[in-house]
Amino acid sequence: MIWFFARRLLAAVPTLLAVLTLVFVIVRIVPGDPALVILGDQATPEAAAALRERLGLDRPLWTQYFDFITSALRGDFGTSMVTGRPILDEVAAVLPHTVDLTVASMLFGTLVGVPVGIWAALHRNRAIDVAARILSLLGLSFPVFVSGIFALLLFSLHWRLFPVIGAADLDDPVDRLHKLVLPTVSLGLIMAAYITRVTRSAMLASLSEDYIRTARAKGVPWRRVVWVHGLRNASIPIVTVVGLYVGILIGNSVLTEIVFNRPGLGKIIVGALNQRDYTMLQGLMVIYCFLIVVVNAITDLLYGVLDPRVQAA
Amino acid sequence: MSALSERTPPLPGEFAAPPPPSAWKRALGKARSNPTTLVGALICLAIVAGAVLAPWISPFDPADQNIIDRLQPPGGDYLLGTDQFGRDILSRLLWGAQISLSVSLSAIFAAMLIGGTIGMVSGYIGGRFDLLVMQVMDVLLSFPSLILGLMVVALLGPELVNLIVAIALTAIAPFARIARAPTLALKERAFVEAGRALGYSHTRILFRHILPNITSEVMVMGTLWLATAVRVEASLSFIGLGVKPPTPTWGGMTRDGFENILDAPWLAVFPGIAILLLVLGLNMVGDGLRDATDPKLRNE
Amino acid sequence: MSGAPDDRRADGSGDLDRSRQQPVLEVEGLRKHFVTRKGFPKPRTVTVRAVEDVSFRIHEGEAFGLVGESGCGKSTAARALLRLIEPDAGRVTWRGEDVIAARGEHLKTLRRRMQIVFQDPYSSLDPRQSVGSALVEPMRVHGIAEGKEARRRAAALLEEVGLPPAALDRFPHEFSGGQRQRIGIARALTVEPELIVADEPVSALDVSVQAQVLLLLKELRQRRGLAFLFVSHDLSVIRWFCDRVAVMYLGRIVEEGPSSRVLADPMHPYARMLRDASPVPDPSRRAALPRILGEIPSAANPPPGCPFHPRCAQAMPACATTLPRWTSAPGEGQGGVACHLHG
Repeated sequence: MIWFFARRLLAAVPTLLAVLTLVFVIVRIVPGDPALVILGDQATPEAAAALRERLGLDRPLWTQYFDFITSALRGDFGTSMVTGRPILDEVAAVLPHTVDLTVASMLFGTLVGVPVGIWAALHRNRAIDVAARILSLLGLSFPVFVSGIFALLLFSLHWRLFPVIGAADLDDPVDRLHKLVLPTVSLGLIMAAYITRVTRSAMLASLSEDYIRTARAKGVPWRRVVWVHGLRNASIPIVTVVGLYVGILIGNSVLTEIVFNRPGLGKIIVGALNQRDYTMLQGLMVIYCFLIVVVNAITDLLYGVLDPRVQAA
Repeated sequence: MSALSERTPPLPGEFAAPPPPSAWKRALGKARSNPTTLVGALICLAIVAGAVLAPWISPFDPADQNIIDRLQPPGGDYLLGTDQFGRDILSRLLWGAQISLSVSLSAIFAAMLIGGTIGMVSGYIGGRFDLLVMQVMDVLLSFPSLILGLMVVALLGPELVNLIVAIALTAIAPFARIARAPTLALKERAFVEAGRALGYSHTRILFRHILPNITSEVMVMGTLWLATAVRVEASLSFIGLGVKPPTPTWGGMTRDGFENILDAPWLAVFPGIAILLLVLGLNMVGDGLRDATDPKLRNE
Repeated sequence: MSGAPDDRRADGSGDLDRSRQQPVLEVEGLRKHFVTRKGFPKPRTVTVRAVEDVSFRIHEGEAFGLVGESGCGKSTAARALLRLIEPDAGRVTWRGEDVIAARGEHLKTLRRRMQIVFQDPYSSLDPRQSVGSALVEPMRVHGIAEGKEARRRAAALLEEVGLPPAALDRFPHEFSGGQRQRIGIARALTVEPELIVADEPVSALDVSVQAQVLLLLKELRQRRGLAFLFVSHDLSVIRWFCDRVAVMYLGRIVEEGPSSRVLADPMHPYARMLRDASPVPDPSRRAALPRILGEIPSAANPPPGCPFHPRCAQAMPACATTLPRWTSAPGEGQGGVACHLHG
């Protein structure tokens, strides 16, 4: 077990390096001359040269790459070109809002999707199952900003159940939760729909295995067969998808934060985009990499806990 | 019984097996009998027809600003109302469909071509090379589509081509994976070995013999990823990184409408519904096709 | 490898004239090991010695059998000499030309001379390619024929293997296993080979169909003067089809000779065991139930000395330590054996 954890954590290091390299390629090599991207085509050569020097773009590519990787690994994500503040500070100030939203949506997606999926699998091809399949297909098709706008129109503007403005007071738990409801539902909708489908087919596959039939033949109560034997084996694909979706939720939260006007990583990105804050964008991308690699490593570890075969492999 | 065995008596002791139709034909046949797929296909066809026929059927010029008729509610002269510049929403939706469809289709086509080739070649070559390529693909895959698309468009500038590049980039890895899996199985089959024994080049084996056998898997995946591509394009346009105004895009229209949500909620609702319908239609078609081609799901 | 390769070679044939001719195919010291690494944190290297040391010769028009239990490396040896997998060591020559060193166009022309018929008729044809296209493609690749002429040739080949020309426009799934095997044989013939490697060509077929396909192969052999390397685990098929036979055990040839001699009067205890295990049609000639000791050992961990000694009823102390030398059988062209009983 310890070996397994050690191995998985070690495996995350090259992934992180690879992701950082990908970011470097996208940020420094793909756009051509970043200085011209920032200043626009009409920039004077002098201004472009000055900017290049300021950003360290005049140095050889390899030095830039080395500096980029080492500072990222040291946790130094640079400073904003616009405000001059360290990017980590700006991110840290709003991170609780994004974490609130992502974690809540993940819980929503899992806690809605898994029971509905099991329910549908147990009533296969009956009305409940058909309804669950159609609704999950619909839920899967909602772009996050569309579900957000619809939720806002119905629950905030029409029925006035929830506030329109989403900036919560972090020290007031009631306010924090209240303002989290609509963003969570609209962000977690796709995930709930997807988890429903994955759970349903994983349960169907797992319940059709021979050992399930054996357990039933031995007289194990059906309830126990479903919850202990069926679900444990169905849990592996479910965990994979939950892990996959945390990354997607982090990405999609950008849209939710715009619609509900919540502070968060997404709002910072949009702000940086509008102000052409090049260093900020780059730092944010690196921070996203860290988040995603960490989430993937946790998913991998969970795998090992759930499936003893993974450790042996 | 095939026509062959009718015309010629079966060789003694040998009986022609009843012809199983090819996987793709079987999938189409099964998908056609599935009401979900059928409805999905109708939705998609309607939207494609609207986009193609937009120059003839849209009641107004999508860029015409009628200042007097600003923010008209739906009904009346303007079926779906007008925006803050007095432009007809229905006409803009029809023209906007062209952007949604053309960006998504070209991006997915490019991703299919590049990703599919990477996966097929990598699986065929195998060994350390394959391991390395797939690790790179996993890294690419671990990035949420929206973040990757957002970064690429932000750095390259919101041009139509860059939008396509960004969306294609997010879809390359899944296509590489989907093309690689059947290639690994196919290259172990004796007909590939037969090809080598007959002196065929690797290129010929790959493109003449392996490629035709993996296209149906890749195509089904294509339909499903088309839905994602439409969503990512709309999301980028909503953030403000789509094709530049005044070209109408569904995401851009939703964004404009969202700014007037208190006065004229229909401005955001109609394009939102349009996006939802297209994504839903594509998901329905892709889902039906996948169920029909995936042997594991065949009995569900 | 043996110190005296000439002694080890399966040489000559029942036909004296033939033994003076140059062989078409010579295989010498062929070796193929598969290496895998397993385990964490301390990976262990596992080497499967599929083919350890295999040498034989095939003359023009001769049917040479390679027989042994599954896992003895006979199919691997056949694939390695065709370069479908790259051998680790050994020499393969086709009419004096080095097959192992051949590259590019040279390899392509050599490939034309040697073709293969596979065991599984279901995976040996491209499911998306019509039969006609599968037969025309090799002719185009080798510049043998194009267009109408290629199609005419394809139809003639189908007729030769017992299928109607209408089959040209059909796809593999429309045919039965036996018919597919016939298509596979026709495809091998498109490039006008001189030698066909038949890798268990009938063992995947229904028993009723096996005889027909075997008859077809024998007919083709006579009509076209084809040489055969016939890989099989079935002694009765080998007895019926082959002039000479080599018995393989754990990657090595343990006995070789005219099939009449080897199968009637095997010298190696393993060959005798195989012979006794195979059904004999005449009940009066049936021997007592054969002694079969143990399972075939893994090629990943072959025993020292004679590879067969752990299962051999006549094993002596020397068998566990020393690899037996190749010894000629008495008489001209009667092959030889690698066994301490005859050393």
